[in-house]
Amino acid sequence: MSLADAAVPTAAMPSGSATHAAAPTRVRGAWGRLLRSELRLVFGRRRNIALLVGLACVPLLLGTVLFVTRDSALGGQGPGFISRVTENGLFLVVAALFMCLPFLLPLTTGIASGDAIAGEAQAGTLRYLLAVPVSRARLLGIKALATLAYVACAVLAIAVVAFVVGAVMFGVGDVTLLSGTTVPVADGVLRIAGVAAYVALSLTGLVAVGLFLSTLTEVPVGAMAGTVVVAIVSAVLDTLPQLAVIHPGLLTHHWLDFAEFLRLEVGWGVLGQGLAVQAAWVAVFGALAWSRFTTADVTS
Amino acid sequence: MATTLPARQTPHATGRAGSAEPVHRADVAVDAASGMLTGVDLAVRTAGLTKRFRSGQVAVDGIDLEVPRGSVYGFLGPNGSGKTTTIRMLLGLVGPTDGRAWLLGEPMPDAAARVLPRVGVLVEGPAFQPYLSGAANLARLDAADATADPRTSRRRTGDALERVGLAAAARKPYRQYSLGMKQRLGLAAALLRPRDLLVLDEPTNGLDPQGTREVRHLVRELADAGTTVLVSSHLLTEIEQVCSHIGIMSRGRLLAQGERSVLTDARPARVVVTTTVADADRAAAVLGSLGLVDVVRDGAVLEAALGTPPETVSAALVGAGVPLLGLEVRRPSLEQLFVTLTGEGFDVAR
Ligand SMILES: Nc1ncnc2c1ncn2[C@@H]1O[C@H](COP(=O)(O)OP(=O)(O)O)[C@@H](O)[C@H]1O
Ligand SMILES: [Mg+2]
Repeated sequence: MSLADAAVPTAAMPSGSATHAAAPTRVRGAWGRLLRSELRLVFGRRRNIALLVGLACVPLLLGTVLFVTRDSALGGQGPGFISRVTENGLFLVVAALFMCLPFLLPLTTGIASGDAIAGEAQAGTLRYLLAVPVSRARLLGIKALATLAYVACAVLAIAVVAFVVGAVMFGVGDVTLLSGTTVPVADGVLRIAGVAAYVALSLTGLVAVGLFLSTLTEVPVGAMAGTVVVAIVSAVLDTLPQLAVIHPGLLTHHWLDFAEFLRLEVGWGVLGQGLAVQAAWVAVFGALAWSRFTTADVTS
Repeated sequence: MATTLPARQTPHATGRAGSAEPVHRADVAVDAASGMLTGVDLAVRTAGLTKRFRSGQVAVDGIDLEVPRGSVYGFLGPNGSGKTTTIRMLLGLVGPTDGRAWLLGEPMPDAAARVLPRVGVLVEGPAFQPYLSGAANLARLDAADATADPRTSRRRTGDALERVGLAAAARKPYRQYSLGMKQRLGLAAALLRPRDLLVLDEPTNGLDPQGTREVRHLVRELADAGTTVLVSSHLLTEIEQVCSHIGIMSRGRLLAQGERSVLTDARPARVVVTTTVADADRAAAVLGSLGLVDVVRDGAVLEAALGTPPETVSAALVGAGVPLLGLEVRRPSLEQLFVTLTGEGFDVAR
């Protein structure tokens, strides 16, 4: 078998200067086809799967620790959500998300978004995708959607495993809210789902930051680390009272507002504010990523 | 093959000076509305294409590329002469600092969505997802093509793999491929669908002599089927044989381009006469009387610039009673042409 004597006939093409073919037309559903291919790539990658498995282990570990220590003197200690887990397994979802929010979820987000463009640039596959051709704006859109899907999946993995582990270890019952009021279990499950959704949406701003950093470099690790650093710096700035003026606009300032779902009267205004801040970060860094990526020279 | 091409009898030096000269040629159409040259019968055309990188380096310096439809255009130049940067600009990957480019008669990068599906490319070596198999990598590229029919995707990827001899390794992860296999997969990607133009940047890199021969064969086969091929190489001789046209790059400038035969014929061939040592003086006199210049004598071997048909030389020598032990006509090589054009050897990189 060789290039020369392959049995496949030469693709039929008119010869010589007669090849003034009409411009190829777009096939319907092309967007979806590329998105599916991208999702397969992201979710098929071993590193990404391992990361999801690692995140799913957090509620398992947390549940086990709380289960083993529940009758000891250590039982019932720790922050609010955690001390309630032994009373109601549903709270394990909240506790696990709470534990992953400061570092593990930003890390996951950083890895997924930082790799999006820079990973393709480093592998050299970016030039081939663009030469297919895929328009740069479309590619950025597809990469953003796939990254968001992955981050949402990470939050979902934590929530689902926590739900199952919590139910098995501690049982599920009517939910006692932060105010002390008790609501039926169905209402409680809805509220917990709201918590998970809010946590996932809280990460969209960071996804945009990561995508932007990813358009700046051909070194994905750099973009990943940069994204995590942005989240950490934001959290640090949020603790400085001298900077109270800028706190409401910080990327991470509203992250813990998911607790609103655990009040009798859910503070939709507070949640809306948090989502508005995320939308602003998405708008600014999405625009930066777009303007950078649609004009930059691809020399990788 | 050259007979089907627009006649271009004189190799023309290009570059800054050349671009200023007015063009009145039948094979370049003028858009009536804009008065601009659209180059419909050139598969690739550039006008004053220039790239200055932010580092200040001028990688491509005002080149006017003209690749006729149906030609096999050898884009030759040493490492660092600006071939890849030119190709990146043609494909819209890199924005030119100055000048313009057309592919298949349409302006780039504006017409990328319309033109590039008809162009198969290999740029600066193959690059694929390391963890996907060869077949999965091709499927991914095909999925990215908004104009490719998903129903024929499987067949086309299979055919392309077969064509480059990778059918047996189709399911292997790309990272387990050898350098030659990677290069073949790159070619398969360029052949995923029928193309009007192939742009192959150093397609023989990393291939052994057999692989190089196969690439040459493939290029010829595609050209015979009507595909225009722009193929670059930093090795002058590797692809020279399949090229109908040649463009020579050095330090970002296109020093010469045109039909290969015309380019190489532009310099006089040399005649090498072998006689006996005793008759060498007489032979030199005969060559001089024929008006041949630049006669060099080395023992029994004489060399001169060939200004007359070789049969005249042999007849004159025999007529003068000089024992003619051997007579050879040496066509100038591209290498010599390059040395003449640049005053330096070919293997200089910047
Ligand atoms: N991204 C870049 N930034 C700065 N200089 C570059 C870049 N890419 C290429 N060059 C320079 O431009 C010149 C031409 O490079 P290239 O087009 O790759 O040449 P070739 O393909 O003929 O070997 C080289 O001197 C190279 O160092
Ligand atoms: Mg090169």
